[in-house]
Amino acid sequence: MGAGTNGAKSGRGASVTLSNLEKTYDRASAAAKAVDGVSLDIRSGEFLTMLGPSGSGKTTTLMMIAGFETPTAGDIAIDGRSVVAMPPYRRNIGMVFQNYALFPHLTVEENVGFPLKQRGIPKAERAKLVADALELVHLPGYGARYPRQLSGGQQQRVAVARAVVFKPRLLLMDEPLGALDKQLRENLQLEMRRLHADLGITFIYVTHDQEEALTMSDRIAVMNDGKVAQVGSPEDLYDRPDNRFVAGFIGESNFLPAVVRGLENDVVVAECEGTLIRALCPGRPASGAKVTLTTRPERLRFADGAWAGTEAAQNRLSVTVTEAVFAGERCRYMLRAADGTSIVLKEPSSAVIRRRAVGERAEIAWSVADTILV
Amino acid sequence: MSEVVQPASLALAVSRPKTAPFDWRRAVPLLLAAPLLVYMLVFYALPVAAMLLRSVNDPSWTLANYATLFEDVVFQKTFWITINTSVTVTLGCLILGYPVAMGLVRAKSMAPFILVVILLPFWTSVLVRSYAWMVLLGRHGLVNEALLALGMIDRPIRILNTPLATQIAMIHILLPYMILPIANALRQIDPSLIRAASGLGATPFMTFRQVILPLSMSGVAAGTLLTFVLALGFYITPAMVGGPRDITLSMLIAQQVDQLNWAYAATLSAVLLATALAILAVARKLPGVGNAFRTSMR
Amino acid sequence: MRLARLLPGSIVGLILFFLAFPIVVVAIVSFSSATYLTFPPPAFGLRWYEAYFSNPDWLKPTWVSIWVACAVVVLATFLGTLAALGIARLPKGLRVVAAGLILSPLIVPGIVVAIGIYYAYSRYGLVGTPIAMVLAHTCLAVPFVVTSVTASLSGIDPRLEQAALSLGATPGATFFQVTLPLIQPGVLVGALFAFITSFDELIVALFISGTGAVTLPRRMWDDLRFQIDPTIAAVSTLTIVLTAALMGAAHLLRKRAEQNRMATSSAAP
Repeated sequence: MGAGTNGAKSGRGASVTLSNLEKTYDRASAAAKAVDGVSLDIRSGEFLTMLGPSGSGKTTTLMMIAGFETPTAGDIAIDGRSVVAMPPYRRNIGMVFQNYALFPHLTVEENVGFPLKQRGIPKAERAKLVADALELVHLPGYGARYPRQLSGGQQQRVAVARAVVFKPRLLLMDEPLGALDKQLRENLQLEMRRLHADLGITFIYVTHDQEEALTMSDRIAVMNDGKVAQVGSPEDLYDRPDNRFVAGFIGESNFLPAVVRGLENDVVVAECEGTLIRALCPGRPASGAKVTLTTRPERLRFADGAWAGTEAAQNRLSVTVTEAVFAGERCRYMLRAADGTSIVLKEPSSAVIRRRAVGERAEIAWSVADTILV
Repeated sequence: MSEVVQPASLALAVSRPKTAPFDWRRAVPLLLAAPLLVYMLVFYALPVAAMLLRSVNDPSWTLANYATLFEDVVFQKTFWITINTSVTVTLGCLILGYPVAMGLVRAKSMAPFILVVILLPFWTSVLVRSYAWMVLLGRHGLVNEALLALGMIDRPIRILNTPLATQIAMIHILLPYMILPIANALRQIDPSLIRAASGLGATPFMTFRQVILPLSMSGVAAGTLLTFVLALGFYITPAMVGGPRDITLSMLIAQQVDQLNWAYAATLSAVLLATALAILAVARKLPGVGNAFRTSMR
Repeated sequence: MRLARLLPGSIVGLILFFLAFPIVVVAIVSFSSATYLTFPPPAFGLRWYEAYFSNPDWLKPTWVSIWVACAVVVLATFLGTLAALGIARLPKGLRVVAAGLILSPLIVPGIVVAIGIYYAYSRYGLVGTPIAMVLAHTCLAVPFVVTSVTASLSGIDPRLEQAALSLGATPGATFFQVTLPLIQPGVLVGALFAFITSFDELIVALFISGTGAVTLPRRMWDDLRFQIDPTIAAVSTLTIVLTAALMGAAHLLRKRAEQNRMATSSAAP
């Protein structure tokens, strides 16, 4: 669901290059850097999400791309041309805001036609383009209504229609689904993907919701403290996080402290709780170094039965069950390892799988490929 | 030649921008506000300042005018009358105004009606309202007629042109200035606090005394100070319904201007203005009062 | 128990009565046909209204007040709206100073303002001219315009301007097509208050109306000093009705502005 393949649609979407972007606010102390050396290459036609907690600099970066904030250092190039000196009304970028920002004193038709009017497009042609845009967002015939007569979801779609009606090559979105309830959000997420596929232009999307990012994006740039922590496709980020922050922010992770004992090709052997664990490791850490290994809770399984002997079960650990929670489609266990480390294990709930009891001792197993050194 | 120049200019072109591209935008707000500011300086602020200056530069630079003023018996008497009246009026407004403020905030369906009753007199000119009291308090006015009809007096009593008339009329005119800030403060009290209090066993009176009253204090302070300051400067009402011997500070000022005693008038004005500003300055420092002012000024 | 609940309500009712009654009395007296000021009036009629409408000594000041107020509305609304737009974007220090100057007429005692203006204007021979009245009244009216427009401005979502810019509107186009329509109710309400303020203004008029710019309040004041003629009751009633009408209009405008403001904040899902 995550990775789209629309490299073939390039040409319709703008490419965006951020080079060493910095934004410092008045107090000019190093701590007040909202954006601290962000460099990113956004490909033509891709759906890129900037994901991070509040204060990570993602919105500030988006605002700099739009032209509402000026970088204190660095450059922004769209389709190869630097735009930093260009005011926002000349950048020809579509933008959707979190609270929609529809003009309350104009009808839906006037709202969507607003950018066309600024570009001097004559009335008749405007009407047609507006109608097309409203069709695109599934709101045909809503032209005569006022924003206050629409629901939140409808307002959001009008905002999107308004942002794309003038056929920009780049669409920026600042947490556009934040104000909606869960069900509506999920529906609109699918619509956004469909829209992206239909239009073929570049989407830059900002959100703090990692599920949303994983669902919609071609690539995700995880941001923290004004810097890019990692860029990659949803699978890359989920399966092979580069650092502890990404591992913890995306999905749920277990962190196991360990000491390096050796290296075998790309696999590091580390001692953790008295047993040897193997993990994927791109670098070459020194022997004896203290490291952290990370795994995903759903990649762990209780080691009993035939599965226990397979290659997928090379890493093992003895644990005690401290909590067992049934949560509908999954069972979630809190486990405790010998030295007190907490580990979370999630397994699908099924009538045939025996549920573990609190206090029970067990052995868990998981594959080396699912273990990363961060 | 040109090859030497080109790379340098290219380098400049790609180096980081130092200032915001819209530098000119920073001047725009000032340009927008400037016409009015200049206008008010020329036609209002400087005239008033020039007049006030007469208190210190007439006949030459001196503070003597202030010295003589404070020793002047007429001034002392007038000042005392003004303060006295203002205090009485403010107290009257407080006693009458607080219940109305509570009524305004508590009422659900009646609230717009109550608001109209408060605001319509508020926007009616002071002249008309003072005149209304002339009608009511005159020899053949309603009050006298009613008292006669009830048999409480045998002959019409003199209410108009007494200090009492001034006070009644001023209370009437200044009540909204007391009611609105208090209502604002009351409106901001979280209703769940009141429910909590009664849930803990407090009678309505105790809830009022220990929860509502303290929390409304910022509004009370704002309303009281505002009313007092306005009362100090009242001119029309005391002139119309007050006694011929009861002269307020503003009436004294007007008299002096009529006689072209500009130095004296300016000195009086300066004292009046300074008193008003001092009270307001103190008021804004009180916690919560500054906000109450801002919201009630709408 | 029931009495205790009635009591606060009746006290409030009494005080409200106290607030409203004098105004009602004026209206009633205006319809009296007695020549002197009594209440209750012995009989009713339109005599004093006829006296007002047929007397040029009353109609001329009325006309002066009306056109001065109209001029004040134009001047104060224009200057005040511009200033409100500017002040909103000034840095904090400058903003406090500017707002202080502009709002000061609300705080400075009326007599001080009046004689200050009289002092300066008489130097330049402006006393007794309608122009001087317009100039002075504008200063007294702008605080209302600025307050009203500022309130309107602060209710506008700042993202709307950003949205307009992102859609290709220049700052000028953004102002005329987005900001201005949205502050229009605030501007109109300010204009209404400016009118009332100028029309009813007395203290400054007492000093600078001279003989050439006698306004209606000034005329009423003169009449009251020298004779108590119930014509004043008729005039007063008319001004009360005018005030009520303008206030009603202001209220309606504010309500419509509220509606527009609600549009983008929260809608039913």
